[in-house]
Amino acid sequence: MPSTTNRHTPDLLDRTRLALQDDFLRAAVRFTADRLRDKKQSSTEEFGHWEEWRERGRAIRAHTINHLDYYLKQFVDQVRQTGGHVHFAKDAGEAVTSVMQIVREKKARSVVKSKSMVSEEIHINEHLIEAGIEVVETDLGEYIVQLAGETPSHIIIPAIHKTREQIKTLFTNAGGEHLTTDTKVLAGFARKTLREKFLKADIGITGCNFGIAESGTVVLYTNEGNADMVTNLPKTHIVLMGMERILPSFADLEVFANLLPRSATGQKLTTYMSMITGPRRQGDRDGAESLHIIILDNGRSEQLGDPEFQDILHCIRCGACLNVCPVYRQIGGHAYGSVYPGPIGAVLSPLLYQGKQYEDLPFASSLCGACYEACPVKIPIHDMLVRLRARKVRSGHVAKAEQLAFRGYKMIFSHHRRYRLAIKTGRVLQETMAQNGYIQSGFGPLAGWTESRYAPTLKEEPFRDKWEALSKTLKTKS
Amino acid sequence: MKVSLFTTCLVDSLFPNVAEAMVKILDRYGVEVDFPHGQTCCGQPAFNSGYVDEAREVAKTLLDAFDQSEYVVAPSGSCTGMIHHYYADLFAGLPDWEDKAERLINKTYEFSQFMVNVLGVTDLGARFPHRVAYHPSCHGARLLGIKNEPEQLLDHIQDIQRVNFPHAHDCCGFGGTFAIKMSDISGAMVEEKTKHVVESEAEVLVSTDMGCLMNIDGRLRYENQKVQVKHLAEVLYEGLPAEKE
Repeated sequence: MPSTTNRHTPDLLDRTRLALQDDFLRAAVRFTADRLRDKKQSSTEEFGHWEEWRERGRAIRAHTINHLDYYLKQFVDQVRQTGGHVHFAKDAGEAVTSVMQIVREKKARSVVKSKSMVSEEIHINEHLIEAGIEVVETDLGEYIVQLAGETPSHIIIPAIHKTREQIKTLFTNAGGEHLTTDTKVLAGFARKTLREKFLKADIGITGCNFGIAESGTVVLYTNEGNADMVTNLPKTHIVLMGMERILPSFADLEVFANLLPRSATGQKLTTYMSMITGPRRQGDRDGAESLHIIILDNGRSEQLGDPEFQDILHCIRCGACLNVCPVYRQIGGHAYGSVYPGPIGAVLSPLLYQGKQYEDLPFASSLCGACYEACPVKIPIHDMLVRLRARKVRSGHVAKAEQLAFRGYKMIFSHHRRYRLAIKTGRVLQETMAQNGYIQSGFGPLAGWTESRYAPTLKEEPFRDKWEALSKTLKTKS
Repeated sequence: MKVSLFTTCLVDSLFPNVAEAMVKILDRYGVEVDFPHGQTCCGQPAFNSGYVDEAREVAKTLLDAFDQSEYVVAPSGSCTGMIHHYYADLFAGLPDWEDKAERLINKTYEFSQFMVNVLGVTDLGARFPHRVAYHPSCHGARLLGIKNEPEQLLDHIQDIQRVNFPHAHDCCGFGGTFAIKMSDISGAMVEEKTKHVVESEAEVLVSTDMGCLMNIDGRLRYENQKVQVKHLAEVLYEGLPAEKE
């Protein structure tokens, strides 16, 4: 079942148009986003002092990122001390090479995965499949997306764009019998299918929500318990983590154990919080025999020291900004065309992959600031979007007509006489288009606007021309 | 007390009645109002599109026009937010302009904030016997930090019937040049907004920004709906009893 919102369609406007025509997608996204927002609101209100928690979260992340070299080294030292292996990857290619090397060494035939955005970022599935390895996503949402031959459309709810009916069809095609759209029935099918995969897998791959520097612990938040299976049943566990995923201590983790689930899904606590410190030790009853942690840079270190964008590394990938974004709500995740969708994706994608590919994404925002308001670590996403727009304009990758338009704007609006004259001229020009005080069908830059609404008309007299007469009627005079 | 009116280019050219209502209200409270003609626009259309230098040149008209003013009041949380939130950075390191920008930031208020927080007025003695819904503008609320000032003013109006609608705090899809550049998404957003407003059975939709209201009104007229849109200052002014001479 091909998705109508093919993220590989090159043009952002084409992708959004396709998404806007997909009523199933839009209904599904609205339904889940509303539910998550409501739950977040009630769980934060009940918790209390939310703004103080946010500020604490921001401060911890800022401190950690400001001293990332120190904490990252501490983390790595601790992981090695507990018997884990650490690999640094400067880009996606190096991360893939590290994974494939481990796969070859272990003569692995099958891999089970617990949801990881970094694994999406480096497109590891494609490489594994190409090498003849079976890859199975074990997070329910991600499993659905994998069966559909798609990619996640949300950072934490990968299949937010799918309806129950669509999921039932996918599962039936995957061998499910007598399925209904009931959550229990659908989850039951996935559970049974995935259990077999867990048991025979050679390698488990996970992401990492937080790496605790003081102990070298990898912390994973899941709701389905699949991470526990992925990290314990196969002999080898590979962790893919972004280099910024560090927290100094368990005391800091307490803050995020409260911030992350509430922001993400409105849960007080995540259902499973798995902590992995090193591989299985002698006498341990479970755990992988070997643990490999691949720490990915892939454009992140470029942001360190940049006063405009360093704060983007504070992100804890909760997806709260997606759930409140009025643009994401209308078009879903695939239309962004990047692994990271929504407001955070519109900032992160052009920062991690500089060049033309994602430089339009910062324009897919009305700059309403809902993302900042929802962000548990107070990243000023809306300000970053504006700065990225300026970066694009500076790079010169903009249409000539647009440059001319803003040169014209500067010329006209930088002096009140020229501005007043322009209003007067505009009034004459609009006469052919105006009907009952509105422009119902505009052309040029107005054409898009009037496709879904009327445009107002310039008034006979601007306020500045009325002022003299008006000021004479006022009582209060100097 | 002296107030210089920052009409904003949108109100000046498209909705002069809003500025007129504001002037008349301020006049009633003994505020001396003037209108410095040098002002044009806060620069936001260019700034938010990434044209920072162009925005700065236009913003200078405000710095010059209002340099001598005691207070500057605007019928817009968005344009006021632009000044408060971005002018310090926009003029950082530019001799003279930097100081002018700081002075402007410190004396510029959005209309409802000025009424409630500076004049200390919440009850204007207005009467407006209609069902009224309120749309909190994103920039006013999130960039500038308008809290419940507009609602305090609305709640003190006699015989007003406040109606709520779902997702009131969601953006209407205006976003300045966003509505031109990404008109499809913007159109879908305003469609959802008007759906909720119409379902609320409000007669009038009130806000503190004409950008949002222009967008929502455009959609309401397109759909041939009855709901009218009004700026908060218009509702307050229309509701005021006639003045005794």
